[in-house]
Amino acid sequence: MARLPASIPDLVAQFGPHLNREPAGGWTTRGEPDRIVPTHCCFCGQQCGIQLKVKDEKIVGFEPWEEFPFNKGKLCPKGVKRYMQDEHPDRLLTPLIRDEARGFQPIDWDTALDRTAREIRRIQSAYGQDAFAVLTGASLTNEKAYLMGKFARVAVRTANIDYNGRLCMVSAAAASKKILGIDRSANPWSDIPKAKVILVAGANIAECAPITTDYLWQARENGAKLIVLDPRLTPIARTADLFIPVRPGGDIGVFYGMLHIMVQRGWINREFIAAHTTGWDAVEAIVERYTPEYAATVASVPASMIVRAAELWGPADSSFLLHARGIEHHSKGVENCMAAINLVVATGRIGREGCGYAMITGQGNGQGAREQGQKCDQLPGARDLENPAHREYIAGVWRVEESTIPHTGLSAVPLLEAIHDGRIKGLLLLCFNPAVSLPDGDFIREALTRLEFFTVIDFFMSETARYADLVLPGSLMEEDEGTTTNVEGRVIHHRQVVRPPAGARQDWQIICDLAKRLGVGDKFAYESTHDIFEELRIASKGGVADYAGITWERIDREMGVFWPCPELDHPGTPRLYEGWRFGHPDGKAHFQPADWRPAAEEPDADYPIVLTTGRVVSQYLSGTQTRRIGALVDQYPQPQCEIHPRLAGSLGIADGDVVRVESRRGAIAVRAQVVKTIRPDTVFVPYHWPLDRSANNCTIRAIDPISKIPEFKICAVRVSKAPAPSGDIAALEPAAGGIR
Amino acid sequence: MSELAFFIDYSRCIGCQACVQACEECDTHRGRSLIHLETIERRDSVQTAPQVCMHCEDPICAQVCPADAIKQTAEGVVQSSLKPRCIGCSNCVLACPFGVPKYDGEADQMMKCDMCYDRTSTGRRPMCATVCPSGALAFTTIEEIMRTRQGRAVNDWRFGDQHVRTKVFVLVPTEVTHVNVAIIPLSSLRRSQPPADPYDVAALLEVH
Repeated sequence: MARLPASIPDLVAQFGPHLNREPAGGWTTRGEPDRIVPTHCCFCGQQCGIQLKVKDEKIVGFEPWEEFPFNKGKLCPKGVKRYMQDEHPDRLLTPLIRDEARGFQPIDWDTALDRTAREIRRIQSAYGQDAFAVLTGASLTNEKAYLMGKFARVAVRTANIDYNGRLCMVSAAAASKKILGIDRSANPWSDIPKAKVILVAGANIAECAPITTDYLWQARENGAKLIVLDPRLTPIARTADLFIPVRPGGDIGVFYGMLHIMVQRGWINREFIAAHTTGWDAVEAIVERYTPEYAATVASVPASMIVRAAELWGPADSSFLLHARGIEHHSKGVENCMAAINLVVATGRIGREGCGYAMITGQGNGQGAREQGQKCDQLPGARDLENPAHREYIAGVWRVEESTIPHTGLSAVPLLEAIHDGRIKGLLLLCFNPAVSLPDGDFIREALTRLEFFTVIDFFMSETARYADLVLPGSLMEEDEGTTTNVEGRVIHHRQVVRPPAGARQDWQIICDLAKRLGVGDKFAYESTHDIFEELRIASKGGVADYAGITWERIDREMGVFWPCPELDHPGTPRLYEGWRFGHPDGKAHFQPADWRPAAEEPDADYPIVLTTGRVVSQYLSGTQTRRIGALVDQYPQPQCEIHPRLAGSLGIADGDVVRVESRRGAIAVRAQVVKTIRPDTVFVPYHWPLDRSANNCTIRAIDPISKIPEFKICAVRVSKAPAPSGDIAALEPAAGGIR
Repeated sequence: MSELAFFIDYSRCIGCQACVQACEECDTHRGRSLIHLETIERRDSVQTAPQVCMHCEDPICAQVCPADAIKQTAEGVVQSSLKPRCIGCSNCVLACPFGVPKYDGEADQMMKCDMCYDRTSTGRRPMCATVCPSGALAFTTIEEIMRTRQGRAVNDWRFGDQHVRTKVFVLVPTEVTHVNVAIIPLSSLRRSQPPADPYDVAALLEVH
């Protein structure tokens, strides 16, 4: 492969993103639906229940699903407009092959699949087994996530499979596993309104997990105090009892400053610590140094805020801590999360009603897709790829020799680096848009041009798919059946609502057909995704994430089942750690010491400002789906650079000016939004857009040593007023990467 | 058990626009959103406020309509203008103390929130109040609101000398019995301190 087969404006003209603004048949001709199918939203880890209306085998609208207990009919704008991705003009309806001269050309399915299988084996015989890689996503169902892990190890036989959950939950997962022993939110959401104090760290809940807002507000109606840590005054922070505008990367200062005061004032539970934990002494030794004054310098906030936080959190009867990407997207992401969880465990306020801890999963199946074995170091059931007993068990389920299962491969960012430097030559990608979503965008896109062979499965031509040799048209969530696992660990059922349009195919069938061509069709002889789920149940049995007792029928009857659920008559486990029995073999929680350290790139004289990135409520991830929905694009059409009036004033920037945000790696030109609701040393740009509007052009390719999550939340930039951009890219519609 | 009613709690609003997007999905006015979401002043705050029609007991919009085009249902829901009668004069737009009615040039009539009459008349809840993820909009009983919310639900408004009672309630602090929208004389402002800027992060960081 090499450069794009056509100019970007030509690719956009042919494949979009175009905006769908009306339901199938138009606004006025909908009439009564033929059926209404209860299922779930595909945008974000909340996985809200929603009913889709079908008429003439087309999805034409939605109806709230008030009976589903998690969201009781509530939805965010993405959920409301989700159905507009159906019957979309950009939908890919035939396999496409790259043609240097003529752009993408249609080919038939057999040719496309034959060619992909042939190239996999050619590259592997020329460069080695692991020179062909597989990249997948956390928006896939559990069934597809399981299938992709098995496909990579059994059919492709490569070590190099990883997924875009690497950009999402891995820091939280690692920290949770290290301290509590299980990688899952410890409590169901129904515990949140029962807590008397709630600490939200690095989570813009109103925009990234909107449904959780009602749980927070309900806690406050019940008398809870709310503490919010964020460099930006978010809608949740606006009315918080205590808003701490921590600098990006300074969170440990707040957590340990609080813990320091709690030790001093006797607000830690020493009996609990002695009986049910290990490792406290090392933590206590570290927090001793975090006097309010020192903690304040780490966090870059007034010491009085940290004292106040300790006074709210420390003596409370019950408490709940939630965190998300704000503390996780760091080269010390695991350490940030560990410091937060230490704050929970030191009080013993976990494992009972109204007391606990949760990480807010970001992607559609952020929880489930990281349990089924598509991480580079993991087997199904959240098993460890390097554990001989785990390997042996899964080899039995897969009917392969244990020795044939590859060992740990590269995680997402090093995998792209291996493509860039030529160690990986071929790639199959499903449900991932690294051209927009990975840091250091210019480097990532250059890597994609260096692949010898690249197949993408997607329902739309994503910015990444433009680099492919072959694009295979796959299926939307509502065109296939399966399960996901929501933010609480509740396994839920996505029903098939309609069939994929003619020409497109269900992802799992594409993968099984490829497996057949790779000579292992007998191991992928599934008749349906239900068959895959039944195998997943067996594969997860006895693992940490045990689905053995969960059936699709039970999910429907019980409105979801929480794992672990080892037996059919097991009720599932909404709340972990009851009776203070933690997930480690010794049954104890293991405190983890972690001292604060700086980010990979702190601001300096040349690049004096911190850039932090995140989401807006109307867009989802890299925007492949949501940048094609007119109503969502209208709500927030293009990325803006939030900048405090003091900083803007010193740079001569006024609201609405075009600004150039530039790091050592790349630059973007976007409009300035001058707001007092952000720290004056920090600017914020949301990351959902491509090309010259992609915040990830600036972000840094630094990763956490344990979780391998990229440091999306801090890099050093300079910001300057710039002339309005001109040229082909600037002239595109904003949804495609232009600017207005 | 009393009947279902509409409640607004402005303090809960997160500005997500789920209500705006869902309003457009309502069967009586598909493709046209009739709820207003006000951004108070984005430079200074992220505060936002949703505004549905308050459905006045004696609707001012109807009082000032020279064409008698604005009608109330038996349940007290104030409807959009009757198309054959509406002359597009916008008296209602100017008169409504809540800023709800808007003249729609394309339709050439005044259109406004009708509390999802097609839904509420068949036992379903209005779109906006069903989807609202923050609970800023709720369609439930007064008992349920009093059980689950702090403060008081009021539907009594004073605009200077004018008293208005509305079908829709707003949640206010317990000590408040009605909403008093008064004119504040400039002379009183000059004597007071400059207004605090509670959402300026730079100012928050300077507190010690």
